[in-house]
Amino acid sequence: METLVATPEVRTEHAPITAPKMSMRNLDFYYGKFHALKNVNLDVAERRVTAFIGPSGCGKSTLLRTLNRMYSLYPGQRATGQILFNGENLLDATVDLNMLRAKVGMVFQKPTPFPMSIYENIAFGIRLYENLSEREMDERVETALAKAAILDEVKDKLKQSGMALSGGQQQRLCIARAIAVQPDVLLLDEPTSALDPISTAKIEELLSDLKRDYTIAMVTHNMQQAARVSDFTAYMYLGDLIEFGETDQIFLRPMRKETEDYITGRFG
Amino acid sequence: MTTRYSRRLFVNRFNLVMSLITMAFGLTFLLWILLTLLQAGFHAFSTDLFTQMTPPPGSKGGLLNAIAGSVLMATMGTLIGTPIGILAGIYLAEFGSRGWLAPVTRFINDILLSAPSIVIGLFIYEAYVFRVGHFSAWAGAFALALIVIPVVIRTTENMLKLVPDSLREAAAALGTPQWKMILKVTLRSVRAGVITGILLAVARISGETAPLLFTALNNQFWTSNLDAPMANLPVVIFQFAMSPYSDWQQLAWAGALLITMAVLLLNILARTVFRQPRTR
Repeated sequence: METLVATPEVRTEHAPITAPKMSMRNLDFYYGKFHALKNVNLDVAERRVTAFIGPSGCGKSTLLRTLNRMYSLYPGQRATGQILFNGENLLDATVDLNMLRAKVGMVFQKPTPFPMSIYENIAFGIRLYENLSEREMDERVETALAKAAILDEVKDKLKQSGMALSGGQQQRLCIARAIAVQPDVLLLDEPTSALDPISTAKIEELLSDLKRDYTIAMVTHNMQQAARVSDFTAYMYLGDLIEFGETDQIFLRPMRKETEDYITGRFG
Repeated sequence: MTTRYSRRLFVNRFNLVMSLITMAFGLTFLLWILLTLLQAGFHAFSTDLFTQMTPPPGSKGGLLNAIAGSVLMATMGTLIGTPIGILAGIYLAEFGSRGWLAPVTRFINDILLSAPSIVIGLFIYEAYVFRVGHFSAWAGAFALALIVIPVVIRTTENMLKLVPDSLREAAAALGTPQWKMILKVTLRSVRAGVITGILLAVARISGETAPLLFTALNNQFWTSNLDAPMANLPVVIFQFAMSPYSDWQQLAWAGALLITMAVLLLNILARTVFRQPRTR
C-alpha cells in the first residue's frame, strides 16, 4: 500500500490525493423546508476510511444517507447537486435505487438483524442478486462472516436466530451482511455508539482490514475513534463542511479555528 | 415522617383498595356468568351433542349439524377475510404514508370495525340473499368475512407499525425490493402478532348470531350444500333458548357452554402459543 505524503500547503482545499470513489459537488439537502446540507463539496477516497465528525445536528448522518439515497424512502426529503459515483450522478431520478444500494452498503447505529437465522441473514442479500448453488452459498456466507470477524463465534450455530446474538455480535453480523453482497462502498452510521468498549475495539480493528477491499465512509460521535481509524476526516457544523483533510492534519494542525475549537473540546 | 409523605402513603393505599374493589366488581359478573353457564350447560352435556342432529321439540337430539355448520362457516369466513385483511393492512402500514387513499380506507375500516353485526347481516341479506332468492352457507360465510376483515386489517397495520423503520432501512440498504422487504422482513418479524389477530377474529365470529340470522338462517338437518341454509350454533341457541320446550332449552345451554369454551380456548391459544417470542 502506498503511503500518503501530505503537504497541506500545496493541497487544494477539500481534495484528497487518492482517487476519489464518490465525489459530492454542490450538494444541498432539504428536510421539507429545512436546509440541512449547504453546498457541500467533498471526495470520498477509494479504499480509505473517511470519517464525518461534528456536533449533533450538523448534518453528518444526513450526508451519509445521501450516498445510498436512503432518504428517498421518505417523502419530503430531497437532495440537489451532484454525487458522482462510477461516472454517474447518483442523485439522478433515473438511477435504480436497488442497484445503487447493492453497490453502496450501509450499517446502522443500532444493530438490525433480520428475524431469521444467522445464515439466512447473510444469504438474504446475496440471493437478491445472485443465483448460487447451495455449496457456493455456504462458502459466500462463511467468507462474509470471516471477513466481519464473527465466524469463530457463530460457526456452530448458523441455524440459530440472528436476534439471539449479543449487541456487538449483531453489529458484526450486520457488517457481514453488508459485505456479503460485495459492494464497492460501505457506509457506517455511528456503528459502535450502541456497543461496549470491547465490541467497539473489535469493530475498529475490523475496519482497518476492510479498507483493503472497500471504500468506507463513517459517521462517528467519538473523535478518538475518527483519529484512530480514519484516513480522512471531515468536520461539519450546522450543515456546512467546515474543514476536510487528512485525519492527522485535521487533528494535529487544523487550519480553521472552528475545527480546532471542536477537536480540543472547547466547543461541542 | 413528614406529613407530606404520610399523605402520599395514604393516597397510595386508598387508590390501591379502590382499584381492587373495582376489579372484584367486574370479575364477579364474569364469574357469575361462567358459573351459571357451567351449571346449566353441564347438565345437558353428553356425547349425543356431538353425534345427533338438532331434534324436533319433545325428542332427544344433539347439536352435530349446528357444530359442523359453525365450524365450516367460521372457517370459510376466516379464509375469505384473512387474505383481504392482511393485504389491506400491509397497504395501510407500508404504503399509506402518502396520498389520500390510506386515511380514507383507515377511517372506513374503523367504522366497519365498530359496526353492529346486525347491520352487516342485513347488508349481506340485501346484497346477496335477496338477489339469489334464498338463505345459504355462502351468505353466512360472506357476513362473517366482513367481520373478520376489519379486525385483521387493524391488527396487521398496528403490528407492522411497531416494526422500527431501522429494520426497513436495513433491508433497503441491501437493495431489497419493497415487496420482498415486506414479505421476508417486516411481515415475518410480526408473524406472531398477525396470527394472534386472526385467532381473535375467529373467536369473535364464532359467537356472532345476528349476521347469520339473516344469511345462513338455520337448518334442522345435516347438509353439506353450501348453497342451502345451514345450521349453526348461535342461531340454534337463539331459537332453542326462546322456545318453551325444556329439551331445546337444555340444548341451548349446552351450545352456549360449547361456544364459550371454544372462544376461551382460542383466546388462551392466541395469548400463549403464538405470543411474540422475547428478544433482547
